Amino acid sequence: MSAIIEPVPPGMFRRAGRRASDWIPAAVVLVGGVALWQILVDALNIQKFILPTPTEIITALRQNWNTLRVRGVATFEVALGGFAIGVGLGMLVALCLARWRRLGRAVLPYAIAANAIPIIAFAPIFNNWFGLLNPVSKMAIASVICFFPVMINSLRGLTSVHPSSIELMRSYAAGEAATFRRVRIPNSLPYVFSGLKVATVLAMIGAVVSQYFGGSRTTSLGLFIKENTAEARFAQAWAAIVVASVLGVGLYLTVALIERFALRWHPSVRGRQER
Amino acid sequence: MSALADVAVSLRGVSKRYAGRAGRAVDALSSIDLDVRAGEFVSLIGPSGCGKSTLLRVIGDLIAPTDGEILVNGKPAHQARLDRDYGIVFQDPVLYDWRTVGRNIALPLEMLRWDRSTRAARVQEMLELVELTGFEDHHPWQLSGGMQQRVSIARALSLSPALLLMDEPFGALDEMTRERLNIELLRIWERSGSTVVFVTHSITEAVFLSTRVVVMSSRPGRVAAVVDIDLPQPREAETRVAPRFFELVTLVRGRLRGAGAELDVGEAAREEALMLAEEER
Repeated sequence: MSAIIEPVPPGMFRRAGRRASDWIPAAVVLVGGVALWQILVDALNIQKFILPTPTEIITALRQNWNTLRVRGVATFEVALGGFAIGVGLGMLVALCLARWRRLGRAVLPYAIAANAIPIIAFAPIFNNWFGLLNPVSKMAIASVICFFPVMINSLRGLTSVHPSSIELMRSYAAGEAATFRRVRIPNSLPYVFSGLKVATVLAMIGAVVSQYFGGSRTTSLGLFIKENTAEARFAQAWAAIVVASVLGVGLYLTVALIERFALRWHPSVRGRQER
Repeated sequence: MSALADVAVSLRGVSKRYAGRAGRAVDALSSIDLDVRAGEFVSLIGPSGCGKSTLLRVIGDLIAPTDGEILVNGKPAHQARLDRDYGIVFQDPVLYDWRTVGRNIALPLEMLRWDRSTRAARVQEMLELVELTGFEDHHPWQLSGGMQQRVSIARALSLSPALLLMDEPFGALDEMTRERLNIELLRIWERSGSTVVFVTHSITEAVFLSTRVVVMSSRPGRVAAVVDIDLPQPREAETRVAPRFFELVTLVRGRLRGAGAELDVGEAAREEALMLAEEER
């Protein structure tokens, strides 16, 4: 049993090749879309404050690069911190609710109801709790936003196990811990990762939007956007949005990459056609 | 004492009552008495809802009976489960997608902390037994339904249990695969020498495989008849066309009817009964 050195599965290179060709249409859409944007804004003589051209945004990005870099990193730290706390707590709570089902049944309706609360509305209150200038107040928003999709998805993954799987473990006289380790947790991973991917996006939204409600100017991408729009420097605001988007997409892709590795056994990753 | 040692499963007055809706209790099993001798191949057959799967789970201590005594290998069913005295195969193969075929078979061995090399040797032995040598690095979803079920059987046998419990293991497979696996299962049974308790709703399958067929009736589930199957061993494809085979199939079907199963027999069993009636004419 060589668990570490896996032979290259047949068709792997063909799959990689097809994946590259899958990217081409998407790349064409991106380049074409940006080009069209540039051309249309020029041709229709659209006002700068309504929509700047991509070249103007790139110029603004260059001119404000140092500020944007510092603020982008700081904002990303808030998002990442909130993501880590929210995800960690979400998984932990899901494990507890799956282990003690009675508790789960009592708590879950409220958790689902709480999920419907617009958490960003709490931003001023969190500023009050943790301090306006303290990044923890923003991290708290990001973490609460991340918490729910991860918790609910993880719980679903931990509990939606084939009943016979549990009977099989019982036939081995396995205890709860062994059942979790060998069945429930691996079974939950595809669910957990879909929750994590949603959470990456939410973490970035939570970080930037909570910054709109005030905070330290030097570390805030959100305030940069707010102040520049207030002074009609729209290209600058757009440049900050580009930075926030790139960071958000980067976090998403990182998680998606980890998912590919962690779920390399999963039919959706390896493709059923190998059969 | 020696008589006790020969009995693999002993059931005395076993009953199971489920609390149904609106306070109406459902009797799934009603005072079942049954002895399965070591080395026997016993099938439980009956209409849907006769409690045959429940009975199998009671033997495996996966469901607690409301009443009665169950001995497996001479000890209480609960102790037998803790001692891993039986292997179990379900209708669904219940293989873990995140484990390769080899590691699925090794699962019970890992849980008993067998060391890696002993484990690997046993996995090879099991793969050979179910004729899947070379498939240990495949993932379950890369195999056909019949192959998956063979992996499931290999996993159940990996601890060499004295007792094999099977809950309609071939129920989801096509007829051809089912007949092939029936013969393969008998070969494995002969080689392993274990006792098999086999739940099915197919009359022909029960007769072909078993040394004894236990006919159950429904609501409440009880033993309606026990039919000894005196077909010569080893059974082969030709067994299915032997006159004695048809006699026994007819006999079992008669007992099922006598048990009031006529109206309740599942769709598959009814079709099969019609087909066999054609053949016999």
